[in-house]
Amino acid sequence: MTRPRPEVLQKLTPVLTKRWLSPDAWQIGVYERLDGYQAVRKALDVHPDDLIQLIKDSGLRGRGGAGFPTGLKWGFIPQGDGKPHYLVINADEGEPGTCKDLPLMTYDPHSLVEGAIIASYAIRASRAFIYIRGEAVHAARRLRNAVKEAYAAGYLGENILGSGFDLDLVVHSGAGAYICGEETALLDSLEGFRGQPRLRPPFPAIAGLYASPTVVNNVGTIASVPYIVLGGADWWKSMGTEKSAGPMIYSLSGRVVNPGQYECGLGITLRELIELAGGMQPGHNLKFWTPGGSSTPLLTAEHIDTAMDFEGVAAAGSILGTTAMQIFSDQDCPVYNTWRWLEFYHHESCGKCTPCREGNYWMVRTYRRILAGQGTYADLDTLQDTADNIFGRSFCGLGDGAATPVISTLKWFRDDYLGYIEGRTAPRLSEKSLVGAH
Amino acid sequence: MTDVAKRTDTVTLTIDGVEVTAEKGELLIRVAERMGTAIPRFCDHPLLAPAGACRQCLVEVEGQRKPVASCTQTVAEGMVVKTQLSSPVAAKAQAGVMELLLINHPLDCPTCDKGGECPLQNQAMSTGRADSRFHEHKREYEKPIHISSQVLLDRERCVLCQRCTRFSEEIAGDKFIDLMDRSSGEQINVYRDDFFGGAGTGDGQVGEGEGDVAFNSYFSGNTIQICPVGALTGEQYRFRARPFDLVSSPTACEHCAAGCSMRADHRRGKVLRRLAGDDPAVNEEWNCDKGRWGFRYTTATDRLTTPLVRDSGTGQLREASWSEALLAAAEGLRAARERGVGVLTGGRLTVEDAYAYAKFARVVLGTNDIDFRARPVRASGSPAEVAEEAEFLAAAVAGISEVTYAEVEDAPSALIVGLEPEEECPILFLRLRKAHNRKKLKVTAVAPYLSRGFEKLGATLVPAVPGDEARLLGTDPAVAAALSTPGSLLLVGERLATVPGGLSAAAALAARTGARLAWVPRRAGDRGALDAGCLPNLLPGGRPVGDPAARAELSISWSVDAGVLPSKLGRDVDAIIAAAADGTLGGLLVGAVDPGDLADPVLAEQALDAVPFLVSLELRKSAVTERADVVLPIAPAVEKSGTYMDWEGRLRSFGTVLRGSTAMTDGRVLEAIAALLEVTLNTGDVQAVRRELGAMPASTARSESPSVAAGARTEPGEREAVLATWHQLIDLGTLLDGDAVLAGTARPPVVRLGKELAEQLRVADGDLITVRSDRGSVTLPAAITDLPRQVVWLPTNSPGSTVRRSLGVTAGAVVRLSAGLPGPILAEGVDR
Amino acid sequence: MTDIAIDFSPAAAPLAEKLLGAAQEVLARYPVGRERSALLPLLHLVQTEEGYVSPAGVAFCAEVLGINKAQVGAVATFYTMYKRRPTGEYLVSVCTNTLCNVMGGQEVYDRLTEHLGVGHDETTADGRITLEHAECLAACDYAPVVTVNYDFTVDQATPESAVELVDNLRSGERPTPARGARICSLKEMQYQLAGFADPRDGAVGDGVAGAPTLRGVRLAQEHGIAVAGFDPETPITKTKPARAEEEK
Repeated sequence: MTRPRPEVLQKLTPVLTKRWLSPDAWQIGVYERLDGYQAVRKALDVHPDDLIQLIKDSGLRGRGGAGFPTGLKWGFIPQGDGKPHYLVINADEGEPGTCKDLPLMTYDPHSLVEGAIIASYAIRASRAFIYIRGEAVHAARRLRNAVKEAYAAGYLGENILGSGFDLDLVVHSGAGAYICGEETALLDSLEGFRGQPRLRPPFPAIAGLYASPTVVNNVGTIASVPYIVLGGADWWKSMGTEKSAGPMIYSLSGRVVNPGQYECGLGITLRELIELAGGMQPGHNLKFWTPGGSSTPLLTAEHIDTAMDFEGVAAAGSILGTTAMQIFSDQDCPVYNTWRWLEFYHHESCGKCTPCREGNYWMVRTYRRILAGQGTYADLDTLQDTADNIFGRSFCGLGDGAATPVISTLKWFRDDYLGYIEGRTAPRLSEKSLVGAH
Repeated sequence: MTDVAKRTDTVTLTIDGVEVTAEKGELLIRVAERMGTAIPRFCDHPLLAPAGACRQCLVEVEGQRKPVASCTQTVAEGMVVKTQLSSPVAAKAQAGVMELLLINHPLDCPTCDKGGECPLQNQAMSTGRADSRFHEHKREYEKPIHISSQVLLDRERCVLCQRCTRFSEEIAGDKFIDLMDRSSGEQINVYRDDFFGGAGTGDGQVGEGEGDVAFNSYFSGNTIQICPVGALTGEQYRFRARPFDLVSSPTACEHCAAGCSMRADHRRGKVLRRLAGDDPAVNEEWNCDKGRWGFRYTTATDRLTTPLVRDSGTGQLREASWSEALLAAAEGLRAARERGVGVLTGGRLTVEDAYAYAKFARVVLGTNDIDFRARPVRASGSPAEVAEEAEFLAAAVAGISEVTYAEVEDAPSALIVGLEPEEECPILFLRLRKAHNRKKLKVTAVAPYLSRGFEKLGATLVPAVPGDEARLLGTDPAVAAALSTPGSLLLVGERLATVPGGLSAAAALAARTGARLAWVPRRAGDRGALDAGCLPNLLPGGRPVGDPAARAELSISWSVDAGVLPSKLGRDVDAIIAAAADGTLGGLLVGAVDPGDLADPVLAEQALDAVPFLVSLELRKSAVTERADVVLPIAPAVEKSGTYMDWEGRLRSFGTVLRGSTAMTDGRVLEAIAALLEVTLNTGDVQAVRRELGAMPASTARSESPSVAAGARTEPGEREAVLATWHQLIDLGTLLDGDAVLAGTARPPVVRLGKELAEQLRVADGDLITVRSDRGSVTLPAAITDLPRQVVWLPTNSPGSTVRRSLGVTAGAVVRLSAGLPGPILAEGVDR
Repeated sequence: MTDIAIDFSPAAAPLAEKLLGAAQEVLARYPVGRERSALLPLLHLVQTEEGYVSPAGVAFCAEVLGINKAQVGAVATFYTMYKRRPTGEYLVSVCTNTLCNVMGGQEVYDRLTEHLGVGHDETTADGRITLEHAECLAACDYAPVVTVNYDFTVDQATPESAVELVDNLRSGERPTPARGARICSLKEMQYQLAGFADPRDGAVGDGVAGAPTLRGVRLAQEHGIAVAGFDPETPITKTKPARAEEEK
């Protein structure tokens, strides 16, 4: 285990994770003692438009993966349109590798509640929903408790803190569908339908939940809002880079000594993060990694110094995504692991569009065959072509995500594939898994 | 280039290098199609909301990172689009999606109904690869499953385009089919218990679990027609033919007054299937299951092919030559007309044939005793009251075409009375639903309860006890409010005729509110028969019988002497029957009337027995033919040409589908009889009739609407109720005979009654209830419905519920109720 | 919507008797006219009684919401957490998604399969345990993870620790989970999934953050690192009065 150098340690920016150190911060009393519900008082004292401007000024970008400027999104909500507005918080964390929202909601649930109140006030919503992944039961337990406490303390309900602003907040559990992390699928699911993505336009800002103007934001995005309201836009921008402002929770997993959550200013590199995580596990050399979940193109050891901000990762040919960095070593087979991801995407494909539904069906079977030692050279071309036929051709991003590890590993690790095809690598799957193939 | 002021509602874009102007908001795929570029597609359907699910129609749009689905992309000014014709990216994307669609598709085209007319097959030939790169195991399902008695589903063929589910939700409102499961296991299905650990063998058959719910829709056949693969097939057609062996002919539907355009496909003298025709002004691209599948009656074993005459020796009907039969008919009618011959026509007549009857009655039989209303009309009251409907039809309907489908679609509000559109005019129902869903049409129903059809129209109910509609139309504030917006419609069904003062009130209401009024009869031939003059008070073209000028005008057209045309008002259907029954009439000429449809079938059959001479023009053996002295077989719609007039007053002409048939039209048979009676009728040739009708001057005479007062409210006693009844779409109608699978999609017959009445009778949903009249009884399971307390509803002519025959009454009558099966007759008296 | 008068069908009536009150509370969370939003929680609620979405449960949801059973079925078959066969007292899920698998998730799952004699989505004969392999459970820093009724129960699981868990569960014990709340039955958990508070005293406070969660923030704490310049009194630029002032 290597000890991180001081200049690397200085890149830590404990903001959203700070209260996690207080084991009882999930209780409203403790939360209030730790600056909690100060931001909402401050926010209710300014005009909603000024709040939107503050968020715009802060440069806050969505923490759910796409990095869309949050203030801009809020500004899209038409005002004075006579329709109800909704805030929907996407807490359907499920992107493989991603594990930052669950601890946030479990150990600091009130920060999300407080952010929700401020955001709702800014967009003039009197109802907000937290759509939380069904499996996240403990986080939901804590969140529901926080919501109950917030009602009791007058932070939710009618005439919040005497401001005249009303808000109802409901924590709604999903039921096991990765696709519901896609915002329009989430809205359909929240409306009680199959969580299949909707056609856009209309965009949620115009016709979202119940066909009304809706902001859909990620947990991390909304939880950031109270800090910006308190510390100001300039303070927020003192972290991160010019275009990627603020702190970010980086989730490191896999072959590092200390996997875990590391909140740093945007722009830190993987090398530095691995250093914070105590280095690679003994005997493991970095081979490939996901910058932001399995749906983002894989990067390799040569990208270890890529700046982990929106622009830096894009320049390296990938996407910052959810900063879920799964670290794989030279002992991890890219072919085998790509197959596992595909099994996941195949399981989670919603079935709506042809490329994702059929393409994943095909690709998982091809991988199974290759891994059972029955692949052919032609399979590689077919895989590449199938992935190309899915990528950018699917209805939503899930298809792109599924094609991504295939395209990445074929690009970087073709020889690992050839190992199975040419018999240099021992099969990883038995032939019985191929029953039915012909 | 000159500077042309740009229209703000259009945009100019470039597709494959060609500049094209399109309407704002139009979809790329349609614009491309208009300029002759067919972009392959599966989920796209012009009458359904865009889905973007199949991804087959991807094209390249300049400035877009990814190919876009042309079925969801609207045009924009300056857009530069490249389809598969000019873009390798688009071509590759389309080929890729095609390959993916085919990996799990069984290559069973040689045994698939769709083979030969299959969009997937066609596009696979044009866009697909010659060989497959897919070496894995294909998805398999148990096949096929019956999702209703009529519709079968082969899930492995399905490409999950969701046209069927979208149709069922968006158009029909019958969302009994839906996507089930997820990912590559996603499938279309109905609800089945075995999905959830319930009963069933797991092989996908519906109905094995007691909670299973079949695809219950009157419009289910459309899903088969729009299925772009062979996943949905019809039991009636499955494995019967190959499309390339069929001859397709455009035709019109003979069932109801909706006026659907249709296509009939035949092979070797037999129609094998019918499909909805494409007529944007009328049925768009839809039809109902009755129209689609109700054609087996023409090939029923009891079809008449030879004339029959009653043998004077044996008293039995025997086969006869045409000349013998025609002569017998002519001579019999010649003798009978001394005392008078009445003419009754049924609902299946074309305009041309109806005209032949109307003319035959006047110039051959010298009578106005003709009535097309083979159904209950107002039976009692003063002469004015009895004549109410005929006068209403003369004043407000005949010769008028005021409301069209397009106007329905654009109307702000519609009040519906005496009509259940889904059951009685299904395509009108679809248009109302479209207007309601897309243009916020407000529907108000004056009816005893909100039927499923009315619910799907989001209708507001003005609860009506049958018989009380006239009062409601005159005084209910909700009724007036429903018509307060300009452009509102008042849709009146034929059933309002039995309500005293009902049609008078409707006409008055329309006049008072400015609402446009449309009369919607139930059968295809009704409106045409009215305009052709098959009514005791009306000559062809809406000419009043009592108007000398109108008669004179017609005499000229018909080249008959003034004075030949009878001036005396004729008798209506009930009076004709009564006169036949009491021996006053010398004869009856009956064209395809089922006595079971009349107000009192038993009396009608007594009349048929009693009348000295009876001529029947019929397609199949019936209660009339078995009593007739001469039976003359005539051609079904499929074997003749003609015209129906739909409820709008729109002419729906059709040609002969089966040209090999020698069967004759009613007009030709009547012409032949007339000739033997030395009258040139000139109705044997459809074209000649059309010319004659076309040359006739438009009638200007128009009588006043009737002003009959509303009747008194009926107050039933204990364990009594006022009967409400109408026909269900799929029922025991004679044109639906011979098709068990179609009958299987009928809505189960039930007795509907309110909660209070049910409690009084101590019955729950599903318990048997017996409804009695002095004539007899009907026993059906109860369906507790939100009905007025004193009302009970029965289907008019469904299995177990032949209201007219069994009860001898119609809507508005008081009936008695008891729980359970009917007791012994003797017990009836003490039952109450 | 606080009171619904529905005549439940015989299929749905027994469930309605038990669940209607809770169902009404669920419906009340959503705007009037938007009650269909309650479908997911209602399906969870059905599992509280039935342990899975039964035909009766489908009928109940359909009748409460006034939709048909195909519509309910379409939704119930879409989501992994709605089970279609009776389940055991505990749902043991092993993450076998890529990262957990790299760290040994498949070995854990395989061992459990062998040990329990059941495969994916199958229940032991004693009715105690339903086993499943799960996709990413959002705890990759604890890989591989095993949950019981979705609560994180064994972190950095090994075949041995997983076997110990299921043996304990089968013998009637309820071991303390690594990070989740004290273990309840799967049916009881469904009540919470339907959106109701955990009725057990203290359960909400169970489970402390594990080392991986706190690694970064502890590192900062240990080295005295904080983000400079944070002043909660930093003013927000006001261009117009807040609504509260407008009203004054």
